[in-house]
Amino acid sequence: MDPLRQSPSPSSSRASSPRTFSCERLGYVGIEAVLDQLKIKAMKMGFEFNIMVVGQSGLGKSTMVNTLFKSKIWKSTMPGLRVPMPQTLQLHSVTHVIEENGVKLKLTVTDTPGFGDQINNDKCWDPILGYINEQYERYLQEEILITRQRHIPDTRVHCCVYFVPPTGHCLRPLDLEFLQRLCRAVNVVPVIARADSLTIEEREAFRHRIQDDLKTHSIEVYPQKSFDEDINDKILNSKIRERIPFAVVGADREHMVNGRCVLGRKTKWGIIEVENMAHCEFPLLRDLLIRSHLQDLKDITHNVHYENYRIIRLKESHALPRGPGWVNLAPTPSPTPTGTRASPGPGKVCRWAEDDSDEDF
Amino acid sequence: MVSCSSQKDSPRSLTMSGHVGFESLPDQLVNRSIQQGFCFNILCVGETGIGKSTLIDTLFNTNFEGHESSHFYPHVRLKAQTYELQESNVRLKLTIVNTVGFGDQINKEESYQPIVDYIDAQFEAYLQEELKIKRSLFNYHDSRVHVCLYFISPTGHSLKTLDLLTMKSLDSKVNIIPVIAKADAISKTELQKFKIKLMSELVSNGVQIYHFPTDDETIAKINASMNGHLPFAVVGSMDEVKVGNKMVKARQYPWGIVQVENENHCDFVKLREMLICTNMEDLRDQTHTRHYELYRRHKLEEMGFMDVGPENQPLSLQETYEAKRHEFYGERQRKEEEMKQLFVQRVKEKEAILKEAERELQAKFEHLKRVHQEEKLRLEEKRRLLEEEIMAFSKKKATSEIYQNQTFMTPGSNLRKDKDRKNEVCLDEAQLLKKHISSPRLQSEVLSTDA
Repeated sequence: MDPLRQSPSPSSSRASSPRTFSCERLGYVGIEAVLDQLKIKAMKMGFEFNIMVVGQSGLGKSTMVNTLFKSKIWKSTMPGLRVPMPQTLQLHSVTHVIEENGVKLKLTVTDTPGFGDQINNDKCWDPILGYINEQYERYLQEEILITRQRHIPDTRVHCCVYFVPPTGHCLRPLDLEFLQRLCRAVNVVPVIARADSLTIEEREAFRHRIQDDLKTHSIEVYPQKSFDEDINDKILNSKIRERIPFAVVGADREHMVNGRCVLGRKTKWGIIEVENMAHCEFPLLRDLLIRSHLQDLKDITHNVHYENYRIIRLKESHALPRGPGWVNLAPTPSPTPTGTRASPGPGKVCRWAEDDSDEDF
Repeated sequence: MVSCSSQKDSPRSLTMSGHVGFESLPDQLVNRSIQQGFCFNILCVGETGIGKSTLIDTLFNTNFEGHESSHFYPHVRLKAQTYELQESNVRLKLTIVNTVGFGDQINKEESYQPIVDYIDAQFEAYLQEELKIKRSLFNYHDSRVHVCLYFISPTGHSLKTLDLLTMKSLDSKVNIIPVIAKADAISKTELQKFKIKLMSELVSNGVQIYHFPTDDETIAKINASMNGHLPFAVVGSMDEVKVGNKMVKARQYPWGIVQVENENHCDFVKLREMLICTNMEDLRDQTHTRHYELYRRHKLEEMGFMDVGPENQPLSLQETYEAKRHEFYGERQRKEEEMKQLFVQRVKEKEAILKEAERELQAKFEHLKRVHQEEKLRLEEKRRLLEEEIMAFSKKKATSEIYQNQTFMTPGSNLRKDKDRKNEVCLDEAQLLKKHISSPRLQSEVLSTDA
């Protein structure tokens, strides 16, 4: 419960600053009808969600996306077909509108084929960071227009799912580098891909080792501990944090198991059911991303990551004198920022812009 | 090289083969809103004593702090108070802004300006927060006025000039809902005519009041019908009166009881329904997307920012800012130059004056010196004369002494006279000699001369 906040006293001296009273309500007023109003408004406007999948080729990214949204977002790329391996990192976005029970969702999925596939993978995260920042930049430009649109189209990446190859050992240097950089700019959810190659015990050991690695390198993946607002959030999120990274298996083919039709992978030694909690943790991932934390992902992107980006952008122009009322913008930086961009962590406090007092007469 | 391709054409619809689960999205949104709480700000404009506080009390079924305000304020002031209300799990931060002293002054020309200033000040505060570099909009206490309830006196005739003027100046800044206050003073037929008259006056004067939105099918019908009942004729009361076998809020008169929540008696229920239950979110939305954006656009344009440059090329805020900055610095340079010139000129003038004064002083000094010289010469002259006189006198004295000695040696008839004279001289001499008595050397001389 956020503390009672005083209104900022208006500049006109005539209105006094408000006092806060706590009143007990008796009888019916109808304030809670505002929730229905909210719902109606939201349903009319529709929702937007942008997700990015990052990982080496062959880890099942496209299949996973198809499984998550139960539709053919992409044709799953299979090796063997004469699709040449992309020589460079490309980002490929695709947008769909899906509807369920009157709720319209505009889903944008960005894939990164070619990530980590080269011999020299140095700075392979730059294009991805560049893309993420470009979306922030686009939103910022829209936001500072004089005549703004009623609803600014939101193309910012709300969630980045990072696929960790199931080596069973620990996070590789490439993984660490990437996670370190990206966690400061976007919500990252790491998953263990192709988890059907690990036994349950191996999975647990791998998971613990990954968690230790993340802690050692102070990489904060989603759900970030520093954004837990109250005790309920903490409890809920701690449970999730214990299971991160989820061990998932993706499949988009249906098979018959015990008379039921399930999504799964058929192998000679059995059928791995995707939605079976005993087989893999895909339901957890799906619940986290879609059923329970989707709005939270968007909120953190908007309130934290976007604000951090905005602060950096607005501070970048040192030539202009600064003041509390001015919006200062440097010319748009080149789309590929160097890897040493000093982005402040979400929990750190950014210094205020100092007022250049070169205006004394 | 980096390449990024994305589908630019409109997104195609997909059908899903199973239940994904994002239908819970509206619920997620609602949960977040519940956690954050809601904010609603009402501005009540109306003459003192017209029933603003009572109506608000009745609307929210709570006795907010209220005491009758005086009629003798010299200026219109706005008083804002914030309350936290809770109904089931919804927390509402309600701010009521009252105009104190509206319509009480003899000269009412300045009445509506404080209200406009207040509304602008709230927009300004929000704009300032939005333009900050490090801002926290998500837990900013939104103080922008979401709705303005304008209380019209139940005269039964038409709108007062003050009302018209005030509403005209407010209609582009806030959602106005006009209400007829103390509606129990009008009869039903008069009310109908009054309403029609009011609405036609508002329309003919171009006052944009808030119309309930009719674009969503679920509430379009009820909103449309309510639009036809504007302005609502309301009665407010927190007193409970027993009617039948229940206690209802009502006003008791000798000729009957006016029940607040009876739709036949007044439109209070309609107002509550429309204001709170159906359109609160829309009111907030309109304030943010229409009124605030208008204010923001005007403010930024006033500061000189534009979206499109002279050749219709999109200008960034930064370019405009740079241009303005150069202009500003150029201006400053020019002013500095001007001031320097002025300073130099003044110095010169001052110097000239001082030189003049110095010259005068010099002249005076010369003059005085001359005068002094002359004086000195004169005095010298006098002294010389005086010295000559002294010399002459001493010569005379000497000769008279010699003469005296001579007369003493020769006897003569003039002895007696000479004796007298001699006595006189002897007296003088005696006095002189007395001075010399002490010296023994002279004694013999004295004796010799005396003898």
